[in-house]
Amino acid sequence: MKYMLIHCVDESAELSPDDDGREHGSAERSLAAWIEEMEGRGVLVHGDRLQPVAAAMTVRVRGSEVLIADGPFAETKEQVAGYDVIECADLDEAIEVASGHPTARIGTVEVRPLWQP
Amino acid sequence: MTPDAHAAVAEAFRQEWGRVVARLIGMTGDWDLAEECAQDAFAQALKSWPRDGVPRRPGAWLTTVARNRATDRLRRGAAETAKLKEAAVLSPAEDPVTGDGGRDDSGIPDDRLRLMFTCCHPALPLEARVALTLRTLAGLTTAEIARAFLIPEPTMAKRLVRAKHKIRDAGIPYRVPPARLLPKRTAGVLAVLYLLFNEGYAATAGSDIIRQGLSAEAIRLARVLARLMSDEPEALGLLALMLFHDSRRASRTDDAGDLVTLEDQDRAGWDRRQIGEGTGLLEAALRRGRPGAYQLQAAIAACHATAPDAAATNWARIARLYRQLAELAPSPVVELNRAVAVAMADGPAAGLELLEALEASGALAGYHLLPATRADLLRRLGRPGEAAASYRQAVRLAPTDAERRYLHRRLAETGHA
Repeated sequence: MKYMLIHCVDESAELSPDDDGREHGSAERSLAAWIEEMEGRGVLVHGDRLQPVAAAMTVRVRGSEVLIADGPFAETKEQVAGYDVIECADLDEAIEVASGHPTARIGTVEVRPLWQP
Repeated sequence: MTPDAHAAVAEAFRQEWGRVVARLIGMTGDWDLAEECAQDAFAQALKSWPRDGVPRRPGAWLTTVARNRATDRLRRGAAETAKLKEAAVLSPAEDPVTGDGGRDDSGIPDDRLRLMFTCCHPALPLEARVALTLRTLAGLTTAEIARAFLIPEPTMAKRLVRAKHKIRDAGIPYRVPPARLLPKRTAGVLAVLYLLFNEGYAATAGSDIIRQGLSAEAIRLARVLARLMSDEPEALGLLALMLFHDSRRASRTDDAGDLVTLEDQDRAGWDRRQIGEGTGLLEAALRRGRPGAYQLQAAIAACHATAPDAAATNWARIARLYRQLAELAPSPVVELNRAVAVAMADGPAAGLELLEALEASGALAGYHLLPATRADLLRRLGRPGEAAASYRQAVRLAPTDAERRYLHRRLAETGHA
């Protein structure tokens, strides 16, 4: 089964000045290790990190009008910061894969099965 | 012979429903189909058994009938997907982890353990785990479960449908979890069964009979779990704990429906058979040398259950057990109980000291048993005025009429009402 991991983190916390570089570096390293492991296991289909929410806008079409607005309007502090599509035997494996990702320690990882027709 | 055959079907329903459904899910992967075919098999038993006699192995008979029904229905289904499922029925894949280790002397593999773990998967909301367990393993109807939890039937039906869809759509596996996941997932199954038991145990004599019956269902399921996981001491501990509590069911309330405290209960009314069984299970669990929260709670319950009278209760041992429990599974309620036990073992002043630490933490603010316990300790310390003030506070917070009546009586006894 395919699942999408949606990584949600508090951007301000991540960018806060008292966040020391060493810890940041170790998160980077563990991310690289996670990618390497999941690619090796054939679990990782693809994934990417997103630019901060400040770079985002929303588009809606109502009637014939195209409505453009600045940023998403989520009430939560945590914002989507990236995603991975993974291929797993079942939900238990997907949970194990998600719990190994560094964002699970600093934020929240939503595990969502992909739509299967 | 007919009444006997009907009784045999009723008994087979209690004993075999969960096993038939579990096996059918294992074969077809289709939860609705499994339930429908199990229902058909029991309907067929009601017709056949009075006529042909009760089969020697009712479970095997019911599983065969249900499986044949599933095969028929899948054959009739024209779609390709149905053909795939049919292949699965004809050559069911065995669980690579458990193999057919659950096979018992009837020769039918027992899939109920897989079903329990899937129903209690942490990705499902708690109320759905409880409802799904009652529906698929215990065989309660949607209407019965709705009544037991005091919600409208359509709401419960939706809850069950959503849970089954989630199992299918999110890929929740139908299996006993691998070793590295097993301890946590087992704790999850035990928690659902204990919740079920307590729902039934909290129901008083006047409440719905189905609600009261939840305790019996929980004991039945805990028995199945204890048998299928006989090397898991916490499964034995939970069953023992339920049996100790249940042995006091009849003595817990008086004729007016008021609560009778443990101290004042008529011990002749306690079910000795249940206490004996609980004692044996607890000993078997403790011999494994892996203590856990359910074993400790069962050991505490055993101290009460086996004391000839309230005065003979081994409070020093109970206080020690609560201390162990507080280390293993810390919670403010455990601390409160420990304070009560210490007060009984070492005197009310020692108990009050622990209680004051708990009050200072603010963890149980608004919980009526906190002032009620303080009142009781103050009363025993010969401080009736302060005791009365705490009883009044407890009355304001008490959630039921029965408890308010009890506290009012105690308040009157202080002479400061």
